[in-house]
Amino acid sequence: MVLERYDPLVDDAAAFRAACDRPLPSVVRVNTVKTTVERAMRALDEDGHGYERADWLPELLRLDSDSPGTSWPYFHGWLYGQEEVSALPALVCDPQPGERVLDPCAAPGSKTTQLAAMMDDTGTLVANDNNLGRLSALRSNAERCGVTNLVVTNQDARNLSLKPFTPAGSDEQPRFDRALVDVPCSCEGTIRKNPDAHDDWSLGHVQQIAGIQREILRRAVRTTRPGGTVVYSTCTFAPEENEAVLDAVLAEESCELVAFDVPLDTRPGVTDWKGEEYDPSVELAQRVWPHLNDTGGFFCAKLEVTA
Amino acid sequence: MSDGPGEDFATYDERRDDADGTFEENRSQVFERLPETAADREVEGRPSREAVVDFWADRFGVPPETFDGYTFWEKGAGKLWAYAGDAPDAIDVEALGMVFLRVRQDHWKPTTDAVQRFARDASENVVLLDDEQAKRFVAGEDQDLKWDGDWGYLVVSHDLAGAVEPLGVGLYLYGELRSQVPKGRKRDID
Repeated sequence: MVLERYDPLVDDAAAFRAACDRPLPSVVRVNTVKTTVERAMRALDEDGHGYERADWLPELLRLDSDSPGTSWPYFHGWLYGQEEVSALPALVCDPQPGERVLDPCAAPGSKTTQLAAMMDDTGTLVANDNNLGRLSALRSNAERCGVTNLVVTNQDARNLSLKPFTPAGSDEQPRFDRALVDVPCSCEGTIRKNPDAHDDWSLGHVQQIAGIQREILRRAVRTTRPGGTVVYSTCTFAPEENEAVLDAVLAEESCELVAFDVPLDTRPGVTDWKGEEYDPSVELAQRVWPHLNDTGGFFCAKLEVTA
Repeated sequence: MSDGPGEDFATYDERRDDADGTFEENRSQVFERLPETAADREVEGRPSREAVVDFWADRFGVPPETFDGYTFWEKGAGKLWAYAGDAPDAIDVEALGMVFLRVRQDHWKPTTDAVQRFARDASENVVLLDDEQAKRFVAGEDQDLKWDGDWGYLVVSHDLAGAVEPLGVGLYLYGELRSQVPKGRKRDID
């Protein structure tokens, strides 16, 4: 049983386990590239779809039904189906209009389209994914959402090249102002959405994917300008994929963890796990346990690039 | 664009609004920026930015300033992209902004997503459907329709949440509105 592993890390193991057993409501984010929250709500009202607005992020609507895909506002690209807690890292990344922003593990695009909306669809948003099939989903999702500030690339995020962005005859490799590094992970925290999420769990897989996460985060730090922001996130509980990755990258790259506020109830990152001790600053990362806000599980850290 | 029979409308159906745009001939593997005007043209058959903006204005009444801040690019023969960010010429990437117009064919054809994004202020060659007609249109059905305007590609709209919203592109021929909503965008609305 995967969840037992994390009982020592939670304040209320029974509430944690009970929350993981409850399904999550269908949630959509209003895509403000194409409409306003008010018009999207009006369209849902006219269609007879019931919903509840999340208090922590006004664009998030929890639907009564499971089929937003067959509603008018969805067809118009006004809505994007997205697990509620996964709207958190873009909020922490806080991209500004006109900036250069990197999303190295972008497909299928919920966070990418959220970043684009926060940038008012201006500036340059580079969305990368190594999987061509998933990239095709990203492209159609972005086009449905009307996103036009997007560059889509198909690279291995561990050694993402800036060469495509270098003008001919120039050595200039323009670095990013911000990066949202939402890495592939063991997805333990999505158990409420995908009841079989733990079926193929193994420590070997966790350790293997942690190595990939570390290289992806390292590369993102290197391609971000000094003073720039890198947000690291996963939808998993395993410290091996979270604090341990941060600990390694802090030692290898010029960056530091910074404190940040979020409109959700969270717990600090853990500094020791299974006999390992991590850099004390990993406490600045934030863990979202499912029972705290009745969401999926999530992990989020904010780094500043120092050189 | 002329109206009425006599023109060979078979040309309309040559290229569909496909998702991956796999064209054989004359295909560029990188994104090349459109010339500002016809006088700046270096690649045969490539329209200028000016001609593209004029097309949207002349055919659909879309104000030219809608495209301020956008650059236009061609990748693949006749597939134009509208992009709001910065990029060097000949950039070799998978996508740059959104596919918004098919050219290098007799009748230029906007994409569904471009019409939704840019044609909200369209004032010409816009057909307004009622709810039932709109549902048939997005399901991909062709339907009989009375329309006194031009034949050819139209912006197809309906009323939603207190305003007119473009749904996509229809091809009007011989009293029939043919849905051009691409396969992956078709929906059976509840």
